[in-house]
Amino acid sequence: MAQKIDVEQVRSVARLARLELSESEIEQFAGQLSAVLEYFEKLNELDTSQVEPLAHCLPIHNVFRDDTPQASLSTEEALGNAPQRSADYFKVPKILDDASGA
Amino acid sequence: MDVFDLTARQLAQEIAAGRLRSLDATQAILERIDKVDPHVGAYLHVCRNHALATAQRVDDKVARGEPVGPLAGVPIAIKDNLCTRFAPTTCASKILDGFVSPYDAHVVERLQAADAVIVGKTNLDEFAMGSSTENSGLGKTVNPWDPQCVPGGSSGGSAAAVAAGLAWAALGSDTGGSIRQPASFCGVIGLKPTYGRVSRYGLVAYGSSLDQIGPITRDAMDAAWLLNVIAGHDARDSTSVPADRAPVPDYLAALNEPAADVKIGVVPALNEAAEPDVVRAVRQAIEVYAAAGAEIVELAMPHFDYAIACYYILATAEASSNLARYDGVHYGHRTADAGDYVQVYTRSRAEGFGPEVKRRIMLGTYALSSGYYDAYYLKGLKVRQLIRSDFTSAFNRVDCVMMPVAPTTAFKIGEKVADPLQMYLADMYTLAANLAGVPALSIPCGFDGRGLPIGLQVICAPFAEDRLLRIARLYEEGRDWSTRRPSCG
Repeated sequence: MAQKIDVEQVRSVARLARLELSESEIEQFAGQLSAVLEYFEKLNELDTSQVEPLAHCLPIHNVFRDDTPQASLSTEEALGNAPQRSADYFKVPKILDDASGA
Repeated sequence: MDVFDLTARQLAQEIAAGRLRSLDATQAILERIDKVDPHVGAYLHVCRNHALATAQRVDDKVARGEPVGPLAGVPIAIKDNLCTRFAPTTCASKILDGFVSPYDAHVVERLQAADAVIVGKTNLDEFAMGSSTENSGLGKTVNPWDPQCVPGGSSGGSAAAVAAGLAWAALGSDTGGSIRQPASFCGVIGLKPTYGRVSRYGLVAYGSSLDQIGPITRDAMDAAWLLNVIAGHDARDSTSVPADRAPVPDYLAALNEPAADVKIGVVPALNEAAEPDVVRAVRQAIEVYAAAGAEIVELAMPHFDYAIACYYILATAEASSNLARYDGVHYGHRTADAGDYVQVYTRSRAEGFGPEVKRRIMLGTYALSSGYYDAYYLKGLKVRQLIRSDFTSAFNRVDCVMMPVAPTTAFKIGEKVADPLQMYLADMYTLAANLAGVPALSIPCGFDGRGLPIGLQVICAPFAEDRLLRIARLYEEGRDWSTRRPSCG
C-alpha cells in the first residue's frame, strides 16, 4: 500500500519547517509519519459536520491592558544570548546579493 | 528525627518554627544529590550556591522573628523548561544548551516569594515532547524503583527527584500527561491543574492551548500546599483566569471538607483496557472509595478513544508554530556551517533538535499545510469539542471520573524508542484532560508484580482542584503507599 507521505513530501514539509534533514532521516520519517497519519484516519469515523471547532478548552475573552509604558528588557539583556552580535544588533549572514540593487 | 521522613509541608513548619534550619535541610539534600543522583539522573543543573544563599536568607528571617513565606526554606526542584535568571534553562535540548533566561517564570517568582529554596532543574523529554524522558538531549534519567525502566515523561526528572528523595517537592508541566504519567511510574502524586489556573508565563511553550504547570509531591497535602502558592491570576499570561471568574480557594483548608459521599464516574471498558495488574489496582482503589461511602456511577465517554489522534494533530501543530522561534539568530545554538541566511535556520535547527522534536515539527507542519489543514487540524479542533462535551456531560452526573493514568507500569528503557506510534498510544488515558482543560491528578494506588508503582487518575470539573485534592486525600488516609520508598531512596 502507498505510504501516506512519501520522501518527496517529507522533503517539501522539511523546507516549510526550515529543517535540514539527512537522507536517512527523510527515509525514516516517511515511514514513521505515514504510520501516525494512518492512525489519524481514525477521526474520520466521527461525523463532525455539525460540530463547531474548539480552539480553546475554556471560554477565552479578549484581554486588554492600558496602553502605558512599562519596563522591558534592556538591549544588553535582549542580546545576552545572541549567538553572534555586532554592536547593538543580532548578526546574520548577508541576506541580499550585492547585485540585487537593494 | 530523620529530616528526609518529613513531608514538604512538615519540613516548612519545622523551619518556620525555628526547630530546624533551612541551611541544614538544603545541605543534607545537596549531599544526598551528590551521592544518589549519579545513579538516577534526575537533575540537569543543581543550583548549589543559589540554594545555600536562599536557605541562609530564610534562616536569617526566622532568627530575626520576621514572617516567612509558606514554603519556608524547603528545597524544591523545578523542571528545566521553566525560565530562571539564576540557572540555565535548556528544555533538555542542545539548541538551548547554555541559555540563561533574562527573566524568571511566574511560578519561579511565586516560589521565591514564598521562601522556597529552588535546589535545581530537572531533566525532561526535549521541549517536553515524550513519555519516557528518553528524548532528553542532555541527560539520562532512570526510574528510582528500577534503574532498567524509564521514569516516565516528560517531567521524568521531577518525578524521579521526588520519588528518590532528591527534593521535597517539584514542579512539572503537563501538555498531554507529562506530570501525571511520570508521577504514576515513580509512585508519587502529580497534579495537572485546570487550564488557566496557573500562569504559563516563563514556561517554554510546547502546545500553548494545552500546557499547564503543576506540583509533583509525596502526598496530596503537599500538592495542595504547593498549589496554594502557584495558582492565581497573572496578567502576563492572557489565558490565566482572573479571580472574579474563578477565585482561588485555600486548597489546604479544603482537605478538611467532608468527601465520603463523593460520586465517582467510571467507564468500565476504558478501565479494563489496561494491563491486568493496573486494572486490578485501579479497581481495588475504587472499591476503597465505595467502602467509604462513595457512589460509583457507570458512564459512557464515547469520544475518549479519539483523544490520541486529536491530541497528536493539535499539539504538534502548535509545537511546529511555537518552535519556529529557534532560528539560530536570537538565542540558542547557531550552526558553524551556514553558507547563507536560510542555512542559519535549517542547519542550526538540524543540529540543535533531537529526532522526536523534528518528528513533531514535521507532523505539525504537515497538518497545518495547504491542502491538509481541513483534514487534520480543523478535524482535530472539532473532535476536541466532542471530547470536551463528554466531560461536560459526565460532570453533570458525577464529582469525578476515575481511571488508570497509564495502561502499563514503567516500561524498559529503549523498549518503545524505535516506534513513535506505540509511544503515543501509551498516552491513551492522560491526553483527554488536556484537550478538555480539566484538572486531573495521579495518586499512587499500589504496585505491579515487579514492584513498580501504579497510578490512579482522578479527573474533576474545571477549577475543582479543591475537590480533586480532597478526593485524593481521602484515599491516602489510612494507606501506606506514600510511605513506601524505592530502594535508592
